Amino acid sequence: MSGPSASSSSLEAKPLRPAASAAKAREPLNVLIVGVGGQGVIMVSKALAWLAQSKGYEVKQSEVHGMAKRGGTVFSHVRFGPQVWSPTIPKGEADILVALEWAEGLRWLPYLKPGSGIFICDTKRIVPPFACLNRQPGARLRYSRETPAEVKAHVAEGYAIDATQMAAELGNERAANVVLIGALSTALDFPAEDWEKALSSFVPKKTIQVNLDAFRLGRSWIADARRGATAAEQAPLAPMPERSDAPYSVRLEITPQWCKSCDICVKLCPERCLRLNAERVAELAQPEKCTGCRLCELLCPDFAIRVHLDRPVVDATAAQGARL
Amino acid sequence: MRSAPEAAVSSTQANKDVRPLTGNEAIARGAWEAGVRVAAAYPGTPSTEIMESLAAYPDTDLHAQWSTNEKVALDVAMGAAFAGSRALASMKHVGLNVAADAFMSQSYIGVNGGLVLAVCDDPGIHSSQNEQDTRIYGQLATVPVLEPSDAQEALDFTRLAFDLSEQFDTMVIVRGTTRLSHTRSPVALGPRQEVPQRPFIENPAKNVMIPAHARRRHALVLEREAKLKAYLETATINRWETGDASFGVVTAGTCYPYVREVLPNASVLKLGASWPLPEDLLRRYCESVERVFVVEELEPVIEKELRALCATAGIKIEGKQFFPREGEFSPEIVRAGFEKAGVLAVRTHKSAWTPEPLARPPVLCAGCPHTSSFMAVRASGARVAGDIGCYTLACLDPLRGLDTTVSMGSSIGNAIGMSKAGEPKPVLATIGDSTFLHAGIPGLIDAVYNQANITVLLLDNHITAMTGGQQHPGTGKTLRGADAPKLDYEALVRAIGVKWVRTVDSYDLASMYQTLREAIAYRGVSVIISNRPCVLDPVKIKGPALAIVNAQCNACQSCMNLGCPALTWGEDTFEGRHKVKIDQSLCIGCTLCAQVCTVDCIKPATAVTQ
Repeated sequence: MSGPSASSSSLEAKPLRPAASAAKAREPLNVLIVGVGGQGVIMVSKALAWLAQSKGYEVKQSEVHGMAKRGGTVFSHVRFGPQVWSPTIPKGEADILVALEWAEGLRWLPYLKPGSGIFICDTKRIVPPFACLNRQPGARLRYSRETPAEVKAHVAEGYAIDATQMAAELGNERAANVVLIGALSTALDFPAEDWEKALSSFVPKKTIQVNLDAFRLGRSWIADARRGATAAEQAPLAPMPERSDAPYSVRLEITPQWCKSCDICVKLCPERCLRLNAERVAELAQPEKCTGCRLCELLCPDFAIRVHLDRPVVDATAAQGARL
Repeated sequence: MRSAPEAAVSSTQANKDVRPLTGNEAIARGAWEAGVRVAAAYPGTPSTEIMESLAAYPDTDLHAQWSTNEKVALDVAMGAAFAGSRALASMKHVGLNVAADAFMSQSYIGVNGGLVLAVCDDPGIHSSQNEQDTRIYGQLATVPVLEPSDAQEALDFTRLAFDLSEQFDTMVIVRGTTRLSHTRSPVALGPRQEVPQRPFIENPAKNVMIPAHARRRHALVLEREAKLKAYLETATINRWETGDASFGVVTAGTCYPYVREVLPNASVLKLGASWPLPEDLLRRYCESVERVFVVEELEPVIEKELRALCATAGIKIEGKQFFPREGEFSPEIVRAGFEKAGVLAVRTHKSAWTPEPLARPPVLCAGCPHTSSFMAVRASGARVAGDIGCYTLACLDPLRGLDTTVSMGSSIGNAIGMSKAGEPKPVLATIGDSTFLHAGIPGLIDAVYNQANITVLLLDNHITAMTGGQQHPGTGKTLRGADAPKLDYEALVRAIGVKWVRTVDSYDLASMYQTLREAIAYRGVSVIISNRPCVLDPVKIKGPALAIVNAQCNACQSCMNLGCPALTWGEDTFEGRHKVKIDQSLCIGCTLCAQVCTVDCIKPATAVTQ
């Protein structure tokens, strides 16, 4: 057989190709790049793969992108070295994890090499619609709650960068992935000029300058952070919506005489907790599911439904204080 | 007999041009280098890029096309092979089910010009409805199955497949998996080999499968199998890699790199073809080591054969008791299997800090025209037979608008059955434009013929969206982007005999609701064509974004029922519930949220000052 998958008889005798000092003699260097569809994960991995190949390494870059366009999670494994077998990085063996989105970075943390893996993560949060599917008063967002400080305590070397904000300040939010490439470049010993050359060939012509600026900004940000400047801590996560009001107890008042069985409330109740009873009058079939969102009240053409939110208790801590 | 394929493979070795290609690009390249003249496919993840890559080669070299479905694609390729040209059909694993009728008979007929079938399996079900193993189809049809393990082999094996096809008078399957299709690795490129067109073989005994002919052909097929086995005994696509003799591993395809990753020095027999199997080679290999493991994803195809082969010799074959029969393999899974088998020391895992992963299921895009269709479907109270496409995602919260999804085109037949079985709810079939053309039309004819009382919602977004935006007969464009006749759905549906047909704009939610109500009330077959282009393909649609007048929002979250990714919770609350905000960078201004807003607080962003 031809090509890099050559027979193993010559495998042992094969001279090692020039290796970056980061890559150990035989083992490939593993970089895992993750994010959400549309963020530019594949571009980052292509640029890295291209660069590594131009340095004479064998490179494998593997991704799964069937659902990527639909807001799903996207990941790309890049492995390079004198010899690469598996296209995917085994769990716990990623030398570097680059995440373009906060929760995605957390998701892939178990892939990072314990004790030496480098974690580079944008603090950008892309909240999926699924995380907001709760109309209960005081509902919490279903999004990762770990903070950069917590994550940094668990990885050998961690950087939480507000790359999206940095790119936005350069005039193009979409260059956030290149800010992260800049950060990544400090962890690999390819010369900066070569990175810039690779980038220039992978980004649209009109955006070369802003992307080069973004690359340099990412590099200098890491340099600052390494010098002990507290840049990493300078990137706090934007505040997340928290529970701010105490819960109400919900009561539905339906005036049967006014209901004309139009079914609108039944069909549009988001929790599907209403139904028409035997007399074809609306009734609350599953009271425990009702969130008191008032949609039925708002949509009823005959004003037959009223939603009562009883006992709007004051601040929970204050209430506790009063009891004490 | 072996000389031609060997030459084809070695010709790439001299070439210096090395480029990173995905498995799919390499299969396309291999076919182009082998002089393919006609290629056809129906898009399907992970196989889609094979045909897209072939379309990047000059049309003077080859004709490449999207076909309406996989059976038509295979028939087209077969036709080209009948006519004496080298031809390729590509499809995903479940696509071969659609093409299976043609496929099974083709095996008896054999080829004139070389015929290669590239089939991509999806172990792990990244984007499919099952994870069936195509190698069993190879067994069933007695057709050889080549299994490349990386992009270089994808190119080399595809080239070889054309030669083998002509040499042995058989169609040849090149079987990939998602991992092969979507992994990029260096590939040495070669020149195109121009293969002269062969004259048509006027031989009904070979080409016309009536029983008398087929009986004779079957005997020849079995002879062919024996010849292929003999060829594979010494073929260089099989590699015997010697190592420690205490155990050996028989493997093929994308499992091979995983085996090498965890056992760099083991003795390995890497098979280039997983069907048919070279019995003598396997026997000799098994005798050379003390224990034999078979490492293969999905079904124990090689393992079963090997077990039968070695039963008399008393050699124990191990495999599926250590390596799972489901899901995609990884170095971790292969390592775990060998640890369980006792040939690798058990690694003690330091339990890594694992934050609870965020659920991020795929969703319909912001502005997706399917959203409003399923808002209406959800409110219709109907029993809904779904189909394959982006809209299958509407089975998830908050739309939850689908009751069943089986296979391409199943929705209409399923709906007929539900209705005939006396399902008390009104019965609805939802099917996308490309899926309707693929396998939905016979179902609709059946519905009219059998006078079913169903409503068919034809979700026309003017593209094959799920696989990344491919043209089809309803788009008016070919694979290469040239103009083509554009199918008229309404005329087609009327010609079938449907009396109640209406076209609606999906972005007009009120008329969507109303039309669906009327369609359901109609006794008989009613068809609604919801008509709005996909927001991603063929052009990315980006309209003026909307914004929420925060002070006015009463946090009813009526808009959140859409499941639109541009809608999320804002910082403020009302009665404890979160108010909503719109991500301006995602919003395309479809206005659906404004249409369902109970307090009319969603306006063009330019008019809202927060």
